[in-house]
Amino acid sequence: MAYHNSRLRKLFLLGNALLLSAITFLCIVPFIHLLAVSLSSNTAAMAAEVKLWPVGFTLDAYAYLGQKPEFFRSLWVTVQRVVLGTALNMLLVVLCAYPLSKEPRQFRFRTGYVWFFAVTMFFGGGLIPTYIIVKETGLMNSLWALILPGALNVWHLVLLLNFFRNTPKEMEEAGLIDGAGHWRLLWSIYLPVSGPALATVFLFTIVGHWNAWFDGILYMNSPSNYPLQTYLSTLVTSLSKVSITVDDLSQLQNLSDKTLRTAQIFLGALPIMLVYPFLQKHFTKGITIGSVKG
Amino acid sequence: MKKIKRSKLEFSLHLMLIPGVIVTLIYAYGPMAGIVMAFQRFRPTLGFFESKWIGWDNFRYVFALPDFMQVLWNTLVIALLKIVFGLAVPLLLALLLNEVTKSYFKRLVQTSIFLPFFLAWTVLAGVIFEIFSYSGPINSMLAAFHMEPIMFMGDDGWFRAILVGSDVWKGMGYNMIIFLAAITGINPSLYEAAVVDGAGKWKQMIHITLPGMSQIIILISVLSLGGILNAGFEQILLLYNPTVYGTADVIDTFVYRLGLFDQQYGPAAAVGLFKSVISLLLVGVSYALAYRLSNYRIF
Repeated sequence: MAYHNSRLRKLFLLGNALLLSAITFLCIVPFIHLLAVSLSSNTAAMAAEVKLWPVGFTLDAYAYLGQKPEFFRSLWVTVQRVVLGTALNMLLVVLCAYPLSKEPRQFRFRTGYVWFFAVTMFFGGGLIPTYIIVKETGLMNSLWALILPGALNVWHLVLLLNFFRNTPKEMEEAGLIDGAGHWRLLWSIYLPVSGPALATVFLFTIVGHWNAWFDGILYMNSPSNYPLQTYLSTLVTSLSKVSITVDDLSQLQNLSDKTLRTAQIFLGALPIMLVYPFLQKHFTKGITIGSVKG
Repeated sequence: MKKIKRSKLEFSLHLMLIPGVIVTLIYAYGPMAGIVMAFQRFRPTLGFFESKWIGWDNFRYVFALPDFMQVLWNTLVIALLKIVFGLAVPLLLALLLNEVTKSYFKRLVQTSIFLPFFLAWTVLAGVIFEIFSYSGPINSMLAAFHMEPIMFMGDDGWFRAILVGSDVWKGMGYNMIIFLAAITGINPSLYEAAVVDGAGKWKQMIHITLPGMSQIIILISVLSLGGILNAGFEQILLLYNPTVYGTADVIDTFVYRLGLFDQQYGPAAAVGLFKSVISLLLVGVSYALAYRLSNYRIF
C-alpha cells in the first residue's frame, strides 16, 4: 500500500497552515482593533465604524492622557510593587528553596518545613479572613499590602527546590570539604548554575505583579493608591454596564471618552506586549522543567 | 581546611528559612484562624473573640438560600467546560503545530498564541467588552449578514460561552507548550519503524503520538481536578453583571458579594470553608491518582 500520497499530504499541510494562521489572526486581531479605536476620532469610535484601521486618525486620546494623572500615578504604584515585590519574592524563594532541597540526613527538620509550606498550597483561610489579617497587620491602603501577603509563592518554591535538588552533589561536597558554610555554598555554587530556573521564577513573578489587579481593589481605599491594572479595571467595569443596555442615551453618556479609555487600556498592555516575545524561550523552558516530570 | 561542624551547618539552614516562615505564618496560616468566623455571628466591632458562637447556623442559612444551589451548579459546569476545552484545544494545537516544517512560521504561531496569556484579565476584559458589545465589531459583522445583533454580555447562554472561550483563548499557550514538549519526547525510531510498516501520518498519530502523550494528558487532566471549584474568579468578576448571575455566578463571586458588599461575614466565611474543604479532598484525590497513574510527585 503506497503510504506517501503526497498530494493529500500537501493539501493537509496547506489546510494546517491556513488553520494555524487563522488562530494566529484571532489572537492578535483584538489588540489591533483596540489600537485602531484608540487612534480614531471619538465619534467614529462611538458609532462603531472602526474595524482594523483608525477612522478619522487622531492622536487626541493619547494627548489627553496628560489630563489623566490617575493613569500615571497608578503606573508608578505598579512600578514600585514590581520592583520591591519581585526583589522580596526572589530573596524569599531562594532562601527557602535551598534548605528544603537538602536531604533529611543533612537537614533534620526538612520534611516538617516542607509540609508547613505545602499545606498552604491546598488549604487557605479564604478571602474574608485574609482580608481581615491584612487589615489587622496595618497594611490597608499601603503598598506593602500588595507585596507582603504573596511574598512567598510556594509553586515557585517547589520549582526552585527541585532544580537545586538536581544539582550534582559533587559540587556541594567539594565546597564542604573546603570548609564552606551553606551561605557560601548557596552564593558561590548553587546560584551561578541555577540561571534557567531563576530566570523562570523571575519572569513569572514580574508578570504576576504587573498584571495583579484584585488585591488593589481589596486593600486600597483610595483610587490614588491603585496599581495600574486596578485603575484599568475601573475603566473596564464601567464598560460592563454599557454592554448590557440598548439605551442610546446611557451609551452616549458612558462612551463619551471611549477612545481615551481604550488608549489607556492599550498602554496598560503595551509593555508586556513588547517584552514577552523575547522572554518566551526562558518561559517555555521553565514550564517544561516544572511540569514534565515523573 | 576542615569541614564545618554539622550542627553549625544546619543552623544556617534554619536561619535562611526564618523570613519565609514568618510571612507564611502571618498571611497563610493567620487567615486559617479566621475560619472560626464561619461558626459565628461575626461583627467586625466585636472581632473573633466577642462575636457570638452559633455553630452550624451560618451553613444552614447559606445552603437554604435560593441562589446557592444554582451558584454551586454554575461553578461545576463552568469549571468542567474550562477543563475539557482547556485540554482539548491546546492538544489539538500541539498536534497541528508539530506538523509544521517552517520554523519561523512555527515560532510566529507560538508567539501569537501566547499573547493573551501574558496580559492581565483587566486588559482582556476591556478587549472582550469592546469586541462583543452590542454595537461592536462582531455585531456589525452579524448585521452585514442580515442577522440580529446579539447581547453577548447580557445573555445567559452566550455569556457562559464567552467565559469558557476567553479562558481557553488566554490559557491555551501554556498547555500547548507542555504537550509539544511531550511530543518531542517521543522516540523517533518508533516513527521510523511505522513508516517502514507503511503507516501514513494519520495512523502514526493515532498509534504513536497519542499513546506516547497519554501519560502527560492523564497527568494534566487529573491535576486540574483539584481546581474544579475554582471557576475563574477574577475573570468572572470583571466580565459579569447582575443580568447573567443566573449562569455565571460562581462560589467565589458569591462569597465576595456576600462578605464584602452584604457584610455577611459569617455566612461568607462558611461558604469559603465549605469550598476549601471540598477542594482539599479533591486535590488529595487528584494527587493520589497522579501518583498512582504517572508516578507524579511534587516534592
